[in-house]
Amino acid sequence: MNPARPGAEKFDSPLLQLDKATLRFGGLAAVSDLDLSLGRNELVGLIGPNGAGKTSAFNLITGVYPPSGGSILFDGRPMANRKPHQIARAGIARTFQNIRLFASMTVFDNVRTAARLHCPRGVRNALWRGRSFRDGEKEISGQVMELLEIFQLGKFHAAAATSLSYGDQRRLEIIRALATKPKLLLLDEPAAGMNATEKAELMRLIQFIKDRFQVSILLVEHDMKVVMGICERIVVLDYGMKIAEGTPAEIRAHPKVIEAYLGD
Amino acid sequence: MTELLQQLINGLALGSILALIALGYTMVYGILRFINFAHGDLFMLGAFAGFYISPAVAAVLPGPSLGSGLVVLGLAMLICAVLGVVIERVAYRPLRRRPKLTVLITAIGISLFLENTGQLVFGATPKKFPEIIPVYPVLKFGGLSITSSQLIVLGVTLLLLVALRHIVLKTRMGMAMRALAFNPEAAALMGINTDWIVSFTFGLGSALAAAAGILFAIVYPSIDPLMGILPGLKAFVAAVLGGIGNLPGAALGGILIGVTETLVAGYLSSTYRDAIAFGILIVILLVKPSGLLGKKEIEKV
Amino acid sequence: MNIRHAKTFLLGALALGFLVSVAASHFNSYWLFITYDIAINVILAVSLNLINGYTGQFSLGHAGFMAVGAYTAAVITNQFGDLNPFAAGAVFSGALLAGGALAAGAGLLVGIPTLRLRGDYLAIVTLGFGEIIRVIFQNMQGVGGARGLSVAHGWTDFFWAFGAAAAAVYVVAALVHSTYGRGFLAVRDDEVAASAMGINPVRYKVTAFVVGAFFAGVAGGLYAHSKQFITPGGFNFMQSVSIVVMVILGGMGNTVGVILAAVLLTLLPEFLRPIAEYRMILYSLLLVVLMLARPQGLFTFRKQGDAK
Repeated sequence: MNPARPGAEKFDSPLLQLDKATLRFGGLAAVSDLDLSLGRNELVGLIGPNGAGKTSAFNLITGVYPPSGGSILFDGRPMANRKPHQIARAGIARTFQNIRLFASMTVFDNVRTAARLHCPRGVRNALWRGRSFRDGEKEISGQVMELLEIFQLGKFHAAAATSLSYGDQRRLEIIRALATKPKLLLLDEPAAGMNATEKAELMRLIQFIKDRFQVSILLVEHDMKVVMGICERIVVLDYGMKIAEGTPAEIRAHPKVIEAYLGD
Repeated sequence: MTELLQQLINGLALGSILALIALGYTMVYGILRFINFAHGDLFMLGAFAGFYISPAVAAVLPGPSLGSGLVVLGLAMLICAVLGVVIERVAYRPLRRRPKLTVLITAIGISLFLENTGQLVFGATPKKFPEIIPVYPVLKFGGLSITSSQLIVLGVTLLLLVALRHIVLKTRMGMAMRALAFNPEAAALMGINTDWIVSFTFGLGSALAAAAGILFAIVYPSIDPLMGILPGLKAFVAAVLGGIGNLPGAALGGILIGVTETLVAGYLSSTYRDAIAFGILIVILLVKPSGLLGKKEIEKV
Repeated sequence: MNIRHAKTFLLGALALGFLVSVAASHFNSYWLFITYDIAINVILAVSLNLINGYTGQFSLGHAGFMAVGAYTAAVITNQFGDLNPFAAGAVFSGALLAGGALAAGAGLLVGIPTLRLRGDYLAIVTLGFGEIIRVIFQNMQGVGGARGLSVAHGWTDFFWAFGAAAAAVYVVAALVHSTYGRGFLAVRDDEVAASAMGINPVRYKVTAFVVGAFFAGVAGGLYAHSKQFITPGGFNFMQSVSIVVMVILGGMGNTVGVILAAVLLTLLPEFLRPIAEYRMILYSLLLVVLMLARPQGLFTFRKQGDAK
């Protein structure tokens, strides 16, 4: 923050900044006084034992629950108390711990639904079906198929989303999130339920997404190998509080982290 | 002043009846998280059960007397308890793992089935409910009049509330019900027989609805197969008002709705009386959806 | 149904409506009136399907919207005496649109609680709204109160009925079969995921209610000018339920199935006339058995809603 150069802060300041963000359910603090910042095109891991508040932190950032205190800045704009769809519009996309695809739709439609975000065509357009409607639909279609092809799901575009294999469903969820053209992608335990080969592939995939789409990624993950393997920086939560932050090597040696995991 | 007092007493009697029905809604909701739309019809069936068994009871116990009235009440409760258990077993249990909407639609179907079958079997024209307890003014003071039937309604309701409280708080069955409402998976792991508890809950709720039906018929002795629709809906509103899933809340909600409705009908306009409960429902859902005594539920993401 | 089918249906129904209305004098008028009922029920079922089927909201108050449209349109046309066919057409279309618009306004009002409520709670609130609307008409002495209102003109004919039905089918199909319209299904499938993808669930739900209510209002206007007599009691909870039954029988979110169900359930009572008193029992059993055995509806053969 340099008051001498207003307007420049957009580039200097981190993409996402949580300042003492707190989420309380009744008397229980799921997240307390969390400071977290994420730079542009950075890949950060968020780890911690079960119930440490990782998913709660996601829900806080994406507006599923409004924060009970603190502030959340994204791209220099306050996000606290915005609705989830407004936050998505601002450029934050996410996946879910337990896959949440649109179950009645095809693979194509799942992605198409998300791709609409930046094509503001509505009721009148859909009813009139004029040229601009057709062009818009074609453009979205093209984008969706391109995305699906990038991730080798093009051949399944007409299949029901729920008919995909587990790993492909996880992949589809990531594609759907990318279709909103986010600046920040939140991945909630993408490796859950995967075997070693799939995990290795996932690590390559995350790296690929970061490079190709130039997004920042915040990754919640249980699997230490995955987190340590790809994250540039790691934040450790326990009981809703940040107990450590640093490079994978620093985290591995951090006494508090060891205690939190072993004392679990 | 006398008129206000009179309206309050009338409202209290109506409110107790609604409270008894509301308890059934709230118990079932607490355990299965679904609105048993057909619950109001068990209220109707309770009244008809009383209608058909009272001659038989009168043959043994020449009435009308308090004793014979209570026997009719008890038998009607028993019959409806069995009906409630059967309905749950046949229509709802196979759907337990299905989407809530499926169960709701089924409940609407059951409700329509009971109402229309009732019209066919009992006849659509209203029937006069026999005098199963002696009805006479107990207290006449100026314009104020309290009848024996109103006292019976209040007394029986109070008795049933105390009994219910005992069952829920002091018996093993009640403990299991509470465990199931609190956490179904954990309760099942602890060896609680879910099906058995659900059956018991339906039986208990239906018996209370039947009692409400008899009490209603004692105060307003004209019964027909569609009589359960409005009281059923109003009782549901009462359950929501009190905080659905919360037993004292249901009782409180019932009394509040009964009194409000009677007061509005008495002082403002009687033609709007049936819209009042819905108005209250909309307001409560917009302002405090968890109800007066309910706890806020957090949706897990 | 894809959009090309919807367009074909639109043109086909309009052409058929025109032809039949020209030839109407040759038809047995009893059956002619039944065809109006069919069209009206198609409108009601297809519009409710947008709310209940595609958007996953459970509304039990469709008859209330219908009542608003019926009374509005009737009050408007009752101001006029005998008119030449062109003037009558203009007045009637204006009245139907006004009825639809007012019903849509009511839909907006009902849509607001959907910001918060879901599932069975919403069902009860919409039921409550429907009942409140009915009680209000019952107390409006200007429109006859509980006694009902005579409608001066029997202007509903084959052309109007099927024209409106075609329009309703087209609008719902066109809305749903677009990238924009996938939002309705997304909200139904998973509201949390939908909003995380930038979809404003409130907006979609309210849109569904407003569009659905509009067509229910138009159907009400057609109904009023077909029967020429309306009472508040005709728009009660049972009427709402019978529309819900059509949607469920046809399969929620399946436009073709819902149209078939509307036709079937309008014709069925005519054939069941000898056992009329069993009709509602049959309906209710149908509902229960359907939920136990075939919750996706009679006419849905794929497991998924008609995607694509």
